Amino acid sequence: MIDTPSRVYSYYPGCSATATNRAYDISARNVARVLGIELSELDDWNCCGATTYLPIREKRSFVLSARNLAIAEKEGRDLATICNACYVVLRKTNKYMAEDARLRAEIREALRAGGMDYNGTVSVRHFLDIVVNDLGDGPVRGQVNQDLSDLKVACYSGCQLSRPFDDLDDPEYPRLMEELVGWLGAEVVSFPMAAKCCGGLAMTTDPETGRVLSGKILKVAKDRGADCVVTACPLCQINLEAYQSKVAIAVGANCDIPVLYFTQLMGSAFGLTPKALALKDSLTPVKVLLREKVRS
Amino acid sequence: MKSAVAPELSEELLERVYALPHGEKIKECIQCGTCSASCPSAAAMEYSPREIIASLRAGMLDRVLNANTVWMCVSCYSCTVRCPAGIPFTDVMYELKRLETDKGVSKSAEGATMAKAFAETVDQHGRNVETKLLRKYYLRTNPLKALGQLPLAMKLFLRGRLEIFPRTIKGLGNVHKMMAAIEEHGTR
Repeated sequence: MIDTPSRVYSYYPGCSATATNRAYDISARNVARVLGIELSELDDWNCCGATTYLPIREKRSFVLSARNLAIAEKEGRDLATICNACYVVLRKTNKYMAEDARLRAEIREALRAGGMDYNGTVSVRHFLDIVVNDLGDGPVRGQVNQDLSDLKVACYSGCQLSRPFDDLDDPEYPRLMEELVGWLGAEVVSFPMAAKCCGGLAMTTDPETGRVLSGKILKVAKDRGADCVVTACPLCQINLEAYQSKVAIAVGANCDIPVLYFTQLMGSAFGLTPKALALKDSLTPVKVLLREKVRS
Repeated sequence: MKSAVAPELSEELLERVYALPHGEKIKECIQCGTCSASCPSAAAMEYSPREIIASLRAGMLDRVLNANTVWMCVSCYSCTVRCPAGIPFTDVMYELKRLETDKGVSKSAEGATMAKAFAETVDQHGRNVETKLLRKYYLRTNPLKALGQLPLAMKLFLRGRLEIFPRTIKGLGNVHKMMAAIEEHGTR
């Protein structure tokens, strides 16, 4: 069932999705293979700076992102990423470099000091964008061989997939993930929290605030009758899956609900094994849920 | 900790905000409060985003910098996409955070400590190493709180999700050369 890759992208997996949240990287690579997409890992990539280097030094943060863009430019392909934060920071660096000649000159000079350069030709793409917009309906449905019609899904895009860059999806009511989950044959529940913040790093630096933000998302998902929440970002994923009992206390409601990556849901619709989707990494009963609700 | 920030600092900050991409838009703020209403963590801030812009423009920055406010920004960009004047307020918050870390006037330690620990970890490895980052963070803030994280750490460990041996990129030396080069061009 493994197709010859017809589409090749340079691939930036990011720090989080290759360590604590490696299930995202593993499942993304495996569903890409099924879909005939080659994700070619960027050689010796570095941290993009995320949202956490910016509060220290903006230009250093841009240089970190620009080094990755420079490596991708040599490979001459679009740069695919699976993490919402990497996606925004890489795109932001790209945009600010394009708009601001002085900033561009400074960053290029810095890159050259380390033996690299960047001319601004790389497009940064989220893997969800690639699946929905480059492949589309037919090729995705064509790989579905399991029945997901009993599964009710709350599609949670998170913040940075459609903010601040709103050209990919609606910044208030994102649709992209809902479209994909519909193609997979699952039932999409109406979910007004799709683009609300999970708390981000506040889950660690100010847990009281973080728990309330995650709690509202999980509570509404349950209220809407969802069986699970599907995510597109490693930080969203761990915030929503790892603290459910503490979160429940913060919002005074039961928040037990399985949380999984959209790539893991895709893989189960394609009939991939739990191992290929790293389901054993889950902190919520994802495996049990899929065993109950997904029929061959 | 200083109780007030000198007026020159307010002046300097305004200049730094103007220098941000689209930073001059802050002059067009109409104080409508859309930013504050959109902010998921405004309830935990001493001063809401709308008040921050007002203070900034009135040269009363000390109120903002001596409050917990700026580190409560979670970078969700809701204010930025909704602002009718097109102010990139999330970027303004980053600038305020940088001013705090530069000038050492920060009161709320956690967010600043996290950011510093993150930048250090990335400088050391070229990548973020979550286990190392959290160790630094809890040691510098409240080591007792780390105990509360032990059950989760255990679950992650048992699933093989904890990065025990930090990865360092091959090109770290070149990254350092790049960093040194950009540092010569100012603080931003």
